[in-house]
Amino acid sequence: MRVLLPAEPLDETAKQVTMVCDGPPAVEVLSAEKVFTNGARGLAPIDLSIADGEFLTLIGPSGCGKSTLLKLIANLIEPSDGRLLWWRGDFAQVGQEGRRLAFVFQEPTLMPWARVEANVRLPLEFGNMPRATADPKVADAIARVGLSRFNRHFPRQLSGGMKMRVSIARALVTNPNLLLMDEPFGALDEFTRNKLDDDLVNLSWERKLTTVFVTHSIYEAVFLSTRIIVMAANPGRIFRIMTIDQPQPRDQGFRDSPKFAAYCRELSTWLAEASLQSAGGGGS
Amino acid sequence: MKPLFESEAFVRIAAPVAVGIVLFAIWEIGFRLASVPVYLFPKPTDIFASLLHNGPSLLRALLVTLRVTLQAFVAAVVLGTLIAFMFVQSRAIEVSLFPYAVLLQVTPVVAIAPLIIILVKNTQLSLTICATLVALFPIISNTTLGLRSVDPGLANFFRMNRASRFKTLVKLRIPGALPYFFGGLRISSGLALIGAVVAEFVAGTGGRSSGLAYEILDAGFTLDIPRMFAALFLITLTGVLLFAAMVALSQWVLSDWHDSETRAET
Repeated sequence: MRVLLPAEPLDETAKQVTMVCDGPPAVEVLSAEKVFTNGARGLAPIDLSIADGEFLTLIGPSGCGKSTLLKLIANLIEPSDGRLLWWRGDFAQVGQEGRRLAFVFQEPTLMPWARVEANVRLPLEFGNMPRATADPKVADAIARVGLSRFNRHFPRQLSGGMKMRVSIARALVTNPNLLLMDEPFGALDEFTRNKLDDDLVNLSWERKLTTVFVTHSIYEAVFLSTRIIVMAANPGRIFRIMTIDQPQPRDQGFRDSPKFAAYCRELSTWLAEASLQSAGGGGS
Repeated sequence: MKPLFESEAFVRIAAPVAVGIVLFAIWEIGFRLASVPVYLFPKPTDIFASLLHNGPSLLRALLVTLRVTLQAFVAAVVLGTLIAFMFVQSRAIEVSLFPYAVLLQVTPVVAIAPLIIILVKNTQLSLTICATLVALFPIISNTTLGLRSVDPGLANFFRMNRASRFKTLVKLRIPGALPYFFGGLRISSGLALIGAVVAEFVAGTGGRSSGLAYEILDAGFTLDIPRMFAALFLITLTGVLLFAAMVALSQWVLSDWHDSETRAET
């Protein structure tokens, strides 16, 4: 295990990370860094601006801090230094109309004792929304992920992909503006994953969602994102940024195009370089 | 329609019943052939005859024991659940009080029953207290464990959504604790009966409010061994029925979602 490092200069590419986008950004990461209590340096100071309506993907070798960065954005953990802004303000005003945040975990994290509709209704119940107001929203969210026929089922009666859909419906039911997803489809087979990616691309487009997505899959990253942040480890940092210049919403046609293959090839090369750079520090 | 012997439910009942019938038959025939005197060890038919003959008094005794058992069981469930809720409120409370719960559990009820019977004037009440002490611990430990065993992912989700303490308790902790709680109920229901019978033995109360334990004591004094067995049979039957009731209750509540009560779909 590596102990606290002396501050080292970031490499050239990492310095140019702040991207200027149109409109006010949804999230700004301002020199936020994370040093864990055991002294491990999870994240070197990071500057990142996430534009409204952007689909941003974090990808990189394990230990590169992509999940840590996502948790910082979700305010699940606090930065050791630096700060974050949400819609140009602090986290206290997140949750107001137009500034809602939802998080989809790696696991579906459904309540096994509750039916699909009750699981999806849960976030609304936190806000004490009356049943009559909540029910149409719940039905709509379940319909969005194509599970209307299963709204009276229990989670154990559903497949892995369907559970993940329920988890997404639960995130959508609050009508979020910022959707954070931590490797949501990592445990699914490729066919199911592609299907869910197709739906996600449409959903985020229709709802004008700002999405931050963590994945290990190169294909998934290229297919979904408007911008891909390639990260490297030791310490966790932004290595390079790739912009995917392809109009949204996308479909299978994009996956089959030579352009898609070219993006994947380049991203794959970058990831290999990022891994090499990450190995230098000794690792965990 | 499947043949009866292939149905799972039928086999589950029929197989143990068949074993029972065979055992009883061996007992009956063997003891008849060896002509064991009834005052040494009765045959099943002797016990059955005694059960019929002493029916009213045994039934009254059963009701007395059952009342103590159920009162103690309810008291243990209410108290145990309250204590468990208190324990999960703060680590400090649990750490400082849990050893005393263990103390209560490991002290044999026979040893403290005389004290309780002396201290508490009302016999019924003293018996109930003894039985409650025996039945309490599984409820406390299981419910505490259940309330603590929250799925970490779900707990995160609740925290992220700024769910209130109360909502987290009602929507997450209590439903999650139910399987553990029902496990506690099963053990505790049997212990309440054991506690009640043991306390009755110690109290040795005669008269109108005497339970099955007194029937056994009394049968021993008068060497009415078949009546002793009949009372024993009723105690065992009560225990089995209590356990079955708890199993049915937990199945009814958990069957929709918990792995322990759901059958593999075919």
